Amino acid sequence: MTDVINTMPGMPRAVPLESETPKPAVDAITGEKHRSEFDVEINGTVGKPLVDNAKMSSRNCDVFYGDKQAIFGVDLDIGNNEIIAMIGPSGCGKSTFLRVLNRMNDTISICRVTGEHTLDGEDIYGKKTDPVLLRARVGMVFQKPNPFPKSIYDNVAYGARLHGLASNRSELDDLVEASLIKAGLFKEVKDDLQKPGTGLSGGQQQRLCIARAIAVDPEVILMDEPTSALDPIATATIEELMDELRSNYTIAIVTHSMQQAARVSQRTAYFHMGKLVEVNDTDKVFTNPEHQLTENYITGRFG
Amino acid sequence: MSNSNSTEIIRAGLKKRYAREKRFRLFGIASLMISFAFLLVLLFTIVSKGWPAFQQTYVKLDIVLDETVLKVNNKSDEDALFSANYQKVVRESLNKMFPGVKGRKQKRDLKNIVSNSAAYTIRDDVLENPDLLGTKQTYWFLAKDDIDVFMKGKIDRDLPEDERRLKDYQFEWIDKLIEEDRLEKRFNTVLFTNGDSREPEQAGMKGAIMGSLFTMLVTLMLSFPIAVAAAAYLEEFAPQNNKWVDIIEININNLAAVPSIVFGLLGLAVYINYFGVPRSTPLIGGLVLTLMTLPTIIIASRAAIKSVPPSIKEAAIGLGASRIQTLFQHTLPLAMPGILTGTIIGMAQALGETAPLLMIGMIAFVAEVPTGVLDPSTVMPVQIYLWSDSPERAFTERTSAAIMVLLGFLVAMNLIAIMLRKKFERRW
Ligand SMILES: Nc1ncnc2c1ncn2[C@@H]1O[C@H](COP(=O)(O)OP(=O)(O)OP(=O)(O)O)[C@@H](O)[C@H]1O
Ligand SMILES: [Mg+2]
Repeated sequence: MTDVINTMPGMPRAVPLESETPKPAVDAITGEKHRSEFDVEINGTVGKPLVDNAKMSSRNCDVFYGDKQAIFGVDLDIGNNEIIAMIGPSGCGKSTFLRVLNRMNDTISICRVTGEHTLDGEDIYGKKTDPVLLRARVGMVFQKPNPFPKSIYDNVAYGARLHGLASNRSELDDLVEASLIKAGLFKEVKDDLQKPGTGLSGGQQQRLCIARAIAVDPEVILMDEPTSALDPIATATIEELMDELRSNYTIAIVTHSMQQAARVSQRTAYFHMGKLVEVNDTDKVFTNPEHQLTENYITGRFG
Repeated sequence: MSNSNSTEIIRAGLKKRYAREKRFRLFGIASLMISFAFLLVLLFTIVSKGWPAFQQTYVKLDIVLDETVLKVNNKSDEDALFSANYQKVVRESLNKMFPGVKGRKQKRDLKNIVSNSAAYTIRDDVLENPDLLGTKQTYWFLAKDDIDVFMKGKIDRDLPEDERRLKDYQFEWIDKLIEEDRLEKRFNTVLFTNGDSREPEQAGMKGAIMGSLFTMLVTLMLSFPIAVAAAAYLEEFAPQNNKWVDIIEININNLAAVPSIVFGLLGLAVYINYFGVPRSTPLIGGLVLTLMTLPTIIIASRAAIKSVPPSIKEAAIGLGASRIQTLFQHTLPLAMPGILTGTIIGMAQALGETAPLLMIGMIAFVAEVPTGVLDPSTVMPVQIYLWSDSPERAFTERTSAAIMVLLGFLVAMNLIAIMLRKKFERRW
């Protein structure tokens, strides 16, 4: 990551946080610290939101729910084989942005997405792009475990069957087993593959959902607070799993736990009220944040 | 000490509160008991009235199949065998048993001990085996309804003669028949194998049952797919906050409240007069009842589809399932218990519906058992209505019996609904 761009060139889309009390813009490049968050305006993104080996990239991303704008001009790259953590206060648009990346927002009729979004340089909102293929390449794990009310086996095999990834039963068996092993669940369920996936514990269900996602062999996995419902042990299992997955997959994870972000991710993006405030190497963000808002958030002053 | 003060206030109020709760519970129990009592009374009257209809009196007669009486010269002449006067041999048999009956009225009453279906019974027998001609056979014939009613103890012998349907001389015949073990009550198969008839003892409800069956089949085949498709479209595909969608929604809800006879008028005007669908058939009945059941099933299906957790749909979409795949592989299977419940409620309504069917000619007297959706037929509730309108005691009985059968069908449908729900129900 040598070719780092510190600020967004040609992007003066400063939107005052408090429109009633506009304050003069603050130069984000200087990293000047401010004492109160209300003084702060977000003038583009500080840090290094762009990388040179981007797997996915978004430029100029705006998202609207009806008339309400939820994301304001976000530019962000997700590097190949990296884990990027997205943090920020509740309602700041982390989930919304994540769902932009595999077009899950298409399912919300009032949701409108603009900007350029690419996967391996291909426009994912282009006319030629099939969202079905896109979602096979960009898998998703949701905040709440949502296994299908089917057997464990059928849960994991679902995507493979859908896309015709296995040509016969034994191939499918192997795929299911391999996915469960990768998700760290196989040992616990290997004798119960025909039992319903909904009968597992919360942590097991979430690992089942991860197995289900990786069974399709996606290139990118989006995880929206995958451990928010889990105990520390289950969380640790999933964090280990993410570390292993990194060699083959690119992962974007939304989390409310800064410790988790620090543990698993290489880069961290901080969102605030629909804007991307700061992106940088995770160590840098947590030890020496450039932006006042980031510092306020990670020091627990709000959020 | 405001603390102990408020405790005192609460304690003082407690008694009142408990009393109120107790009163409320008593009211609840009382209303439950009342409705239960009504149900019991209803069931009891229907069953006690209808029970006897499941039995029917038969008369044993010795029939001499005399070629000369029947005027059949050639046993292989089918036409002659078919049109021979079998009524006559029955009459002769009765005459032989009760010689010396004089007068037109008495002679007719004698003949009317057995149902006129006796002749057809013999005819069918002889047509099958012409060698029976010239032999003497013993038959159990259906007894005429008056005899049957008497045998079931519904005619009081002690009444003055001119106040009862059976006269003294008829009682003498009956006594003799009983003495010779020639009268017997058996299970009334006729009730389930015959269509309607003007003769009470020959009237059965197979025609109505088959008519209901075909009508329900048409209704189910039309309303289920249309309603589920409509519900799925409205829930999953229709644009939200669209004026047209809103109007359609409101109209569907209103349709559910339209009096059913209006659908009959609509069927008459549109299906029969405009499209020329044959009247009095299960097809037209099914078409009209489809109109009536559609809103019920649509509303139930929409509720069921809405209750499918969005997280399941998101999981499928997120794995790359298309919207149609998500619908058919997840949403509909998970909504199926609710959809089926709604369907069966709608079908049960349709099964018991009379009013709209009167408008489209399903009230016609149909003796033939329908064999398809284009045969003229009637349905169970209309049959009940028709029979309840007839003065004969045997028809009164049959009315209640038909109600029992209809109730049986409804209970069966509800059981099926419960079974299907159990089968499809999954936790998530
Ligand atoms: N389906 C929706 N319809 C309308 N508005 C929505 C919808 N989903 C999200 N929003 C709005 O978009 C904004 C961003 O929501 P989003 O779910 O992305 O936040 P988040 O950062 O994921 O928050 P959290 O940490 O609580 O999950 C919020 O103001 C929210 O009200
Ligand atoms: Mg969220």
